[in-house]
Amino acid sequence: MNSASKSRLLQELQKVLPRQILLDSQEAMRPFECDGLSVYRKLPLLVALPEDTLQVREILKTCYRMKVPVVTRGAGTGLSGGALPVENGLLLVLTKLNRILGIDPQNRTARLQPGVRNLAISEAAAPLGLYYAPDPSSQIACSIGGNVAENSGGVHCLKYGLTVHNVLEVRLLTIEGEELVLGSAALDAPGFDLLALVNGSEGMLGVITEVLVRLLPVPETAQVVLAGFSSIERAAAAVGAIIAAGIIPAGLEMMDRLSVEAVEAFISPGYPQDAEAVLLCELDGGEAEVAEQMAAVKTILAEHQATSVAVSANETERLRLWAGRKNAFPAVGRIRPDYYCMDGTIPRRELPHVLANIHAASERYGLLVANVFHAGDGNLHPLILYDANRAGELEQAEKLGAEILSMCITAGGTVTGEHGVGMEKIDSMCEQFNKAELEQFHALKAAFDPAGLLNPGKAVPTLHRCAELGAMHVHKGKLPFPDLPRF
Amino acid sequence: MDRQEFIAESVKAAVRDGRPLSIRGGNTKSFYGYPSQGEPLEVAQHQGIVEYDPGELILTCRAGSRLSDVQAALRENGQHFPFEPPGYGAEATIGGTVACGFSGPRRPWSGSLRDYLLGVKLVNGSGEVVRYGGQVMKNVAGYDISRLMAGSMGTLGILLETSFKVLPLPASELTLDFECGQGEAIRRVNQWSGQPLPLSGAWWWKGQLRVRLSGAESETRRAAQHLQADRVSDDPKSWRDLREQQLEFFTQPGELWRLSLPPAAEPIDLAGDCLVDWGGAQRWYCTEMPADEIRTNAARAGGHATLFRGPSESERFHPLPDALQRLHLNVKQALDPNGIFNPFRMSRDW
Repeated sequence: MNSASKSRLLQELQKVLPRQILLDSQEAMRPFECDGLSVYRKLPLLVALPEDTLQVREILKTCYRMKVPVVTRGAGTGLSGGALPVENGLLLVLTKLNRILGIDPQNRTARLQPGVRNLAISEAAAPLGLYYAPDPSSQIACSIGGNVAENSGGVHCLKYGLTVHNVLEVRLLTIEGEELVLGSAALDAPGFDLLALVNGSEGMLGVITEVLVRLLPVPETAQVVLAGFSSIERAAAAVGAIIAAGIIPAGLEMMDRLSVEAVEAFISPGYPQDAEAVLLCELDGGEAEVAEQMAAVKTILAEHQATSVAVSANETERLRLWAGRKNAFPAVGRIRPDYYCMDGTIPRRELPHVLANIHAASERYGLLVANVFHAGDGNLHPLILYDANRAGELEQAEKLGAEILSMCITAGGTVTGEHGVGMEKIDSMCEQFNKAELEQFHALKAAFDPAGLLNPGKAVPTLHRCAELGAMHVHKGKLPFPDLPRF
Repeated sequence: MDRQEFIAESVKAAVRDGRPLSIRGGNTKSFYGYPSQGEPLEVAQHQGIVEYDPGELILTCRAGSRLSDVQAALRENGQHFPFEPPGYGAEATIGGTVACGFSGPRRPWSGSLRDYLLGVKLVNGSGEVVRYGGQVMKNVAGYDISRLMAGSMGTLGILLETSFKVLPLPASELTLDFECGQGEAIRRVNQWSGQPLPLSGAWWWKGQLRVRLSGAESETRRAAQHLQADRVSDDPKSWRDLREQQLEFFTQPGELWRLSLPPAAEPIDLAGDCLVDWGGAQRWYCTEMPADEIRTNAARAGGHATLFRGPSESERFHPLPDALQRLHLNVKQALDPNGIFNPFRMSRDW
């Protein structure tokens, strides 16, 4: 049946599209079987690589008519399985739509096709003294369409915001192939703020075909300070004190001992080896302002008994100090063959408590967990280390991961700060949201895509799935989904 | 006072009896949009700050809280709402502020109200209490229904609680005046906005451009020198009057139009008086010109026009393209299937 529907779809698409943009053999489709979360793999019915918006529209119209699901994919760097293909569906890959359509220096905006790489925007804007602020760690490869779909963050979110704060307009094709313009080149648009809704909607509401982003002036200067602490608590208290002093750092990152040891072994950025926690604090702005604030930060670090303090004297040093943090994931990846990256967010004050719980759980499971943390905004990235070749370890890692996400919910946080729910965290959603809330999500999805053809099965779990899981969303002492039948 | 139960029960009763509700907070912005229809439901008593930990930069309050009370609590801790929301009256509530989604003079540089909105608790169209977003700055679990509430004028749910990101007050502010024409003012401000300068406001009226700088004292002073203003002062009053529409410009008789445009758009020559705010991105016109002509001009410049204050029978909002209009109806029906919340407040059709 699969092969019959496949050849019918291929036949229909070939009527309106050049054959070479369609991949149907297993070998050709293999590179697209997963995104950045490679533990989930699936081959789609077909892969389409359109070269312009018109082709995207033809694909959508055909799929809509034939009731074929569509999963949209950009660079495939996502970490939650959001672009995991579905077996009976088409994978719509937008990497060929990679043109920067224009940069407007007066209005400080860039108009982009969805496949433009994040870093390419800042590179193109650099001659004008401008840049695009959100900088997810995959910025060299990830594309703006995917950034919008996931509402991607980065290390500078605390000061410069997420993708949603930096996008002015999105052109979206509905599953029916109709174009919607959400937002505008002005700072707002009439009607509901559907632009906000599309940011982070994980390809569930429409297909992004164009994005207008705002560009910011490159700050005059930036300086980073690296401090070691004898405990996570001390480092966390220093973070609170910096913010309480009215300073909003451009970046504020924390790493635990295991992560520090890993990066030191990997690239030797000169991080203190005896520290239980390392804090990186970057300040940017005018020369005088940065100097003033750096003096204040150094005082705070000393007051919180930092065991070492190193301030970058120039750009080379600044980049070297950042290199440790930026290489944390691959460095940790050398300790064990595989790692599983979590993405919960918690109120910052809960950090010592949550980290202690993670540590205890890690010992219980016998799996190492390294922690890197966007300390400014409470976004935690525990990396669970495991070996997929050992029977059962992946399952154990996933269980531990789910436990960590539960801890984040209990601490008043969320299961995903910036990586998205995708396939990976779909079960944890049953715990974070109750039935009425999930129903509302489904209703909203249906407002855009009544047939449910866009990225089915991702981002928001069905009530049935939650009921089967028996998820423990105990709200005010009541069991979850009391009115659903259980078998 | 916690009035959650009362509000949720009122909605349930309204659904049961098929009686639409007109949600009323401080009633300071009823001039905006179309007149309320439905039975008034007072929500301003549901007030109080629920949680505010300055070190977390997050504040959660009940939606009936007075804007001025919340702002006072923030100020006590050296913080503020960077989007500088107008109240248009002392009774303005947080809920109404979110529902209208207005932001003040700092908006182009700080971001808008919705940018700082992190989470909401609301009563949905079935009278259920639901929560979206939360008290953390990064959260991508589920669709961003919180931010959708900003500017939806109470048509999608009744806000119970709202959580915001807040920021430290700037250490210093300076106001700079320049004598120049409108076109020159727009050109200058947009050129400066492309440079690393601590801008936080820029408006023009009757040949005078007024610019505000905010930040570390060393920065504002250095920037002031660099920009070579005709006059430098530190008077916050005109910024407050601009935000609250108390300036002389806003007291003129006639209709008040708001044009939201790409900031660097050339001046639009409409009959009547014009005040440029947001460095060109928000332009106010006191004009008696036909609505169609105003809208055509705004659209041609890449933006839209709203009849901000004017007769209630006039078309207030910029018409949406058909596909978007249909989608709005779908979204309204998804969140308020029984049509209970503020019917026809935002649209002639629903």
